[in-house]
Amino acid sequence: MSKYTEEELQKELETKEYEYGFYTDIESDTFPSGLNEDIVRAISKKKNEPEWMTEWRIDAFRIWSEMEEPEWANVRYDKPDFQAISYYSAPKKADPNKTLDDVDPELLEMYKKLGISIDEQKKLQGVAIDIVVDSVSVATTFKKTLAEKGIIFCPISEAIQDYPELVQKYLGTIVPKKDNFYAALNSAVFTDGSFCYIPKGVRCPMELSTYFRINQAGTGQFERTLVIADEGSYVSYLEGCTAPSRDENQLHAAVVELIALDDAEIKYSTVQNWFPGTAEGKGGVYNFVTKRGLCETNSKISWTQVETGSAVTWKYPSCVLKGNNSVGEFYSIAVTNNYQQADTGTKMIHLGKNTKSTIISKGISAGKSQNSYRGLVQIAAKAENARNFSQCDSLLMGNKCGAHTFPYIEAKNKTAQIEHEATTSKIGEDQIFYCNQRGIDTEKAIALIVNGFSKDVLNKLPMEFAVEAQKLLEISLEGSVG
Amino acid sequence: MELKDKLLSSFMVFEDRLNDESKHLNEIRNEAINTFQQKGFPSKKDEDWKYTSLNALLKHDYCISPQQETAVEFKEIKKYFIHDIDTYKIVFIDGKYSSFLSETTHDGIDVCLMSSALNKPKYKIIIDSYYNKAAKSDHSLTSLNTAFASEGAYIHIPKNKVVEKPIQIIHFSTGNEATLMLQPRNLIVVGENSHVQIIERHQSLTSNVVLTNSVTEVFANKRAIVDYYKIQNDNQQASLIDNTYISQKQSSHASVHTFSFGGKLVRNNLQFFQKGEHIDSTMKGITIIGDKQHVDHNTLVHHIEPNCESHQDYKGIFGDRSTGVFNGKVVVEKEAQKTNAFQANNNILVDDKATINTKPQLEIFADDVKCSHGCTIGQLDKDALFYLRSRGIPKKEAKALLMYAFANNVLESVKINAIKTRINKLIAQKLGVNLGFDL
Repeated sequence: MSKYTEEELQKELETKEYEYGFYTDIESDTFPSGLNEDIVRAISKKKNEPEWMTEWRIDAFRIWSEMEEPEWANVRYDKPDFQAISYYSAPKKADPNKTLDDVDPELLEMYKKLGISIDEQKKLQGVAIDIVVDSVSVATTFKKTLAEKGIIFCPISEAIQDYPELVQKYLGTIVPKKDNFYAALNSAVFTDGSFCYIPKGVRCPMELSTYFRINQAGTGQFERTLVIADEGSYVSYLEGCTAPSRDENQLHAAVVELIALDDAEIKYSTVQNWFPGTAEGKGGVYNFVTKRGLCETNSKISWTQVETGSAVTWKYPSCVLKGNNSVGEFYSIAVTNNYQQADTGTKMIHLGKNTKSTIISKGISAGKSQNSYRGLVQIAAKAENARNFSQCDSLLMGNKCGAHTFPYIEAKNKTAQIEHEATTSKIGEDQIFYCNQRGIDTEKAIALIVNGFSKDVLNKLPMEFAVEAQKLLEISLEGSVG
Repeated sequence: MELKDKLLSSFMVFEDRLNDESKHLNEIRNEAINTFQQKGFPSKKDEDWKYTSLNALLKHDYCISPQQETAVEFKEIKKYFIHDIDTYKIVFIDGKYSSFLSETTHDGIDVCLMSSALNKPKYKIIIDSYYNKAAKSDHSLTSLNTAFASEGAYIHIPKNKVVEKPIQIIHFSTGNEATLMLQPRNLIVVGENSHVQIIERHQSLTSNVVLTNSVTEVFANKRAIVDYYKIQNDNQQASLIDNTYISQKQSSHASVHTFSFGGKLVRNNLQFFQKGEHIDSTMKGITIIGDKQHVDHNTLVHHIEPNCESHQDYKGIFGDRSTGVFNGKVVVEKEAQKTNAFQANNNILVDDKATINTKPQLEIFADDVKCSHGCTIGQLDKDALFYLRSRGIPKKEAKALLMYAFANNVLESVKINAIKTRINKLIAQKLGVNLGFDL
């Protein structure tokens, strides 16, 4: 790309603006597809960002344009065309003429099974809501409670405006711009996401984001989340929701950064149920996510994830255990059916003394799907008395799917204690027979067994989420019997 | 000149000397050298070589084909043989066969030389149907060996034979050349219902630099039993890249025990291919190293057919600035239902500067299987150590006892007692203790 002078750029931008007229109507505009420095600047301008943020994005873009798409993951897919994507589109307004009758009945059926209220269903489908929803008023009171405690919880675009010193200090520290291809892309073009700051010694009284889950919908495909737990604080954060959403975006490249300062604890739970593609393997979301947390002294980060959606998942929530006595945990259930592919796992980097990490990963593959666990446990030379326990269990249904395990273990300290175990099995015929005998049909029996298999992880989810996640597992595996 | 270029140019010379070779073999060689030319030496960018770098080894200007024959006195090298039992011996000195030290046979079985097998017409039928059939043709180091392969052990056991004596294959390097690169090639074909035990060792007699790139192909036909023992206790300047490919037919049992105590860099590529039902594959290893040594075990078991088993058990004790790598891979194809595959890798780090990198991998496409892998890194149990010391056993001996116990699982399945005794002695030597008894 040739270099512009600032004036030229300005001019270019102005003409472009005119050409496509994307400043005319703030509610409905969408950028032209493609990605270049102008688009990055335009996103930044649109968001009314300060100069340092624009520069940060441009820098990330330059890094990205020199990087190559990674190919090491155990997944096969058609590479997205990065020039065919529109990198900004404003949230859609509800269509006043749309009613629930217009919505795909298959989706409605699924909502019913998950026990989602009519209002929520409408909101999820972008149907205009005629009654004032409870959640809105709940949200207001909720915000008040948080403000009293000094907790900041807002979209990251607001945080860039209102708390630039916090954002500037921490953004990109755990996931640097040049970390990987998708992190660099996200850094350049992210449109929104959440920002959360818990002040010193504060215990966040509620699960963040459960109440917001509807309001926060539509933050776009390049989401950026930054959670900072100051010394001695605690927060439990929930991302995503169990409700299936038919998103048109093919590519999702999110970045999540967690920072747990001394004695802090962050619990981050994700339930992901994006469009997995049809039973024939057409369509579906590509989910390429970079999630990483930094643990200072005596702090703890716990990742819990339930992955049932997306055609291709590529996700490794990680913990950098920098401080002494810090703890990292990773609990995961990944379910793949039909033609889904998941390559997911975690990295535990032990740097401090007496650091501990636990990894429990449960993979369930059915249909023609491929499910991989890929993990790294690294003990640095100075990490005395580091302790790790990993367990990866896979459950296979049928012989057309695959389960793979790629655990990397690197120890450089003699006091390290590492255990890793993995098993692969299928649902026993005797187990199903036992259930059948007692009048439980095979489909229910499988659901029962799968639940038992995933119990260790489901238990780690916040209560209301756990119930939904359990149902979600059943639905995801429906029809995979045999 | 880079080693790669040197090898490529000396291939021309080498090829010219082999004028009476069959066309078939010549094609294999040319194909192999092309593969090597394209791929070159593996680097850390290759996933399989992520933790092992050959760079330091490739800097030397190796002598590729030594001409001079050297005689060695038997009494000087007696200690490197398993000499307390009667065995067949195939001995090579600087890559050249030593008839004086060897004890080969053609009585019902063939225990002889690769060079004669490759050239004499009576072996043609075996060479045509087995030679280079199990070795991976896309692997650069194996291809390099295939291109230059001229000498090694050739063992053919026909149907229904139990070979009474174990067979020892020993490669000595004398240090006549300052730096030497050896590329032995072994072929072992075991007929139906036959049984054979093989012991392999590489030993350099001086501290000159030696790099050995060895390829061994083993074919176990129906119901055959093959036990292979590799003793790796070379000196600090010798490096070994050992590529062993084992192809098994129905109901055969094959086991490979690898004892790695010495060498500067040792890389073991061990691959099992199960081409039939009810096959049992066992690979076990004890690694005890220190002093900047590097040992890398890279294993693969390919389960292709149903009702087979594989057992892997690798134990490692790593001291002073040593590096251990274990990369075990189990692949279960979708037809291979009812597979039982077990993999264990246990490691003890005894020094802060030692490193262990382990990657036990599973790739499973069948649902009705039992596959598990376990991997641990830890220390000696403090309580156990205290227990022994409180009974008057000095610290060093107590530690050694615990390490023995740790490694003993692997020794238990060794079928030749003389090897057990030898390994016990080597362990004691390596740990610097004299326990005064055999375990």
